[in-house]
Amino acid sequence: MSKAEPMLAADGTPLKKSLARALRRQKMRALMLIAPLLLFILLTFILPVADMLYRSVENGIVSETLPRTVVALADWDADGGELPDEAVYAAMAADLHDAANAKTHTKVGVRLNYEQPGISSLFRKAGRKAKKWDPVADGPWKDQMIDLHKGWGDPAIWRTIQTYSPPVTQGYYLNAVDMRVGPDGAEMRPENEQIYGILFGRTMKMSLMITLSCIMLGYPVAWLLANLPARKANMLMILVLLPFWTSLLVRTSAWKIMLQQQGVINDVLVWIGLVADENRLVMINNQFGTVVAMTHILLPFMILPMYSVMQTIPPSYLRAAKSLGATNWTAFWRVYFPQSVPGIGAGSILVFILAIGYYITPALVGGTTGTFISNRIAFHISTSLNWGLAAALGAILLAVVLILYWAYDKIVGIDNVKLG
Amino acid sequence: MSGIPPYATMPQRVWYYTFRVICGLIFAFLITPILVVMPLSFNAQDFFTFTPEMLRLDPEGYSLKHYRDMLGDDGNPWTGLWIGCALGVAWAAFGVYRRGSVSLMSLLPVVVLSLFGLIIGKLTGATGDWMVALRNSLLIAPVATVLSVGFGTLAAIGLSQPHVPFRRAIMAIMISPMIVPLIISAAGMYFFYSRIGLQGEYLGVVLAHAALGIPFVIITVTATLVGFDRSLTRAAANMGADPVTTFFRVQMPLILPGVISGGLFAFITSFDEVVVVIFVGSAKQQTLPWQMFTGLREQISPTILAVATVLVGISICLLATVEFLRRRSERLRGMSPS
Repeated sequence: MSKAEPMLAADGTPLKKSLARALRRQKMRALMLIAPLLLFILLTFILPVADMLYRSVENGIVSETLPRTVVALADWDADGGELPDEAVYAAMAADLHDAANAKTHTKVGVRLNYEQPGISSLFRKAGRKAKKWDPVADGPWKDQMIDLHKGWGDPAIWRTIQTYSPPVTQGYYLNAVDMRVGPDGAEMRPENEQIYGILFGRTMKMSLMITLSCIMLGYPVAWLLANLPARKANMLMILVLLPFWTSLLVRTSAWKIMLQQQGVINDVLVWIGLVADENRLVMINNQFGTVVAMTHILLPFMILPMYSVMQTIPPSYLRAAKSLGATNWTAFWRVYFPQSVPGIGAGSILVFILAIGYYITPALVGGTTGTFISNRIAFHISTSLNWGLAAALGAILLAVVLILYWAYDKIVGIDNVKLG
Repeated sequence: MSGIPPYATMPQRVWYYTFRVICGLIFAFLITPILVVMPLSFNAQDFFTFTPEMLRLDPEGYSLKHYRDMLGDDGNPWTGLWIGCALGVAWAAFGVYRRGSVSLMSLLPVVVLSLFGLIIGKLTGATGDWMVALRNSLLIAPVATVLSVGFGTLAAIGLSQPHVPFRRAIMAIMISPMIVPLIISAAGMYFFYSRIGLQGEYLGVVLAHAALGIPFVIITVTATLVGFDRSLTRAAANMGADPVTTFFRVQMPLILPGVISGGLFAFITSFDEVVVVIFVGSAKQQTLPWQMFTGLREQISPTILAVATVLVGISICLLATVEFLRRRSERLRGMSPS
């Protein structure tokens, strides 16, 4: 007797092989269908975000604009407290001459100014003169440059240039967490210059407040919707879905109109007599306005997942608990509530993720005390043009969001996101 | 838990009604801001609050002037209307000729095309801020929607096959545009698109909006495909249909409701998007939400309320369509529509 023959498919190949090939073909077909979109997303979305992340560490400008200085400075001992020698000054003069002619000297000045305020004026001033310099004939440079601006005689300036000469820097990240590179490595900035820690903290705190108020307002509504007869629940569901479909700008402007001092809410309060006409409540351009408006905007994202979980809890459980002698409260707290926790979790993570990245609503109703980290990022991109810092702040925010996204995927599963 | 049982005690009754009142207040919180803009948009004054005349329901207190400001008086609405109407009549006549019977539904193309003609005619050649912004929005959103629906539907079908390697990771990447904060997407696209010359271009904005709309298409279409009976495609193949025929004649009609609602989501995402367009677009691509954003930030003019009212009207139409499609889809899949 020979060994058991492998089972054969109709065309004579072993069945195992044939099945494996069919499976492989099926996988390939699925991937072929997915590939165009994956490519599209990679090109239009993932690559841009990666590019932004790269910008948060990119620092090519110093070594590109001041190549000779960077080389000459490499051996200088910054902790010695002495000025660099003539060779470094000569290299700087030559670099400045080239940079001034290429009009790039102000850019490097602005870049270094982020790290040490005052440097940009040094470069601007020297750049104006440097066009006419002859780097070889006009030396020696050390005293000339110190005469031009006494900043060139400050070792701290040279230390900054040396610290930021590598093509990659962690400076933006240090900046983004209120730190800087001091003589003894990284250190905290002075109290009065710390803004990003406060801003991140505020963003977190307000997002938490928004999430909590969404839970408080969303839970009863979801419960009601899940326990009403289908026809009534559908009618009420429209009241939840209509805000969901209404433009964000419309809702924000509505809140702006309702909350302002001459607005509808204050008018009603004055009319009832709850508030005197001369001290109308200030409800806008502060944290209160942001929390109220954003709770309204994000509430549907809380109600929908809660509702879909609550729909699956059989009402007979509550009746069973009560027939076994539980009070209404015990039945709810010990039987119903634990089963609805997944819905609360799903809704909370979703609302929190959406809240910490919000830009429009805080910008319109937040004033100065109610703005989020996003507003600061936008400010650095469009106004201060400190793109590296904007990218670093964005990268930190992105990291927080991605951790939450991962948690959401673990707890809820992204396949289970429901819309309407 | 509908109605209150006859044996309920007094505290239970009190709680039952208190709970209803609390829920009513929350619903009021949800809906009031949307309702408040509507009457205020008919204000005869340039105020953002109810004037005494309005509260007395005095006709003097109401006017359409904010709507007139929004519409402007240029553009060619009537030309558009006539062309649309003529095309509609032609289409309807062709339909009647082919079907050989006349019904009220035969008039539908006339109404729809006239409306389209009116809007398109009004927008061509209009120079008012709001009309130009609306035109830009309507040039961007549909193209972005077509892109996201096309790519998204294909990928959703691929993802719902039984054996997909790295399914979870692929899904995570595809949903990420919805999760990543808009400001980060906007910043990244701004930097990257400037490098490749798409910043400030129409194409750049369309691509960016298409990327943002994709998660919604993926989510809705995969949700429809969950209930899809695979043996139908096998049956079609068994009877000799090639994959393309099977797709268009068997699978597509069944998942169409999901595809359309995904498309509507993608459309509203683009139509309502501000952050990315501010960074990726230039003044030439100023869209309606962008115009509203600047309006709210700088010179707050009551015309915004008229625009807001129109937008609420549009969202009501979209919501009605999506709800209708959802029920139809559930019926098609043999579930009892809830």
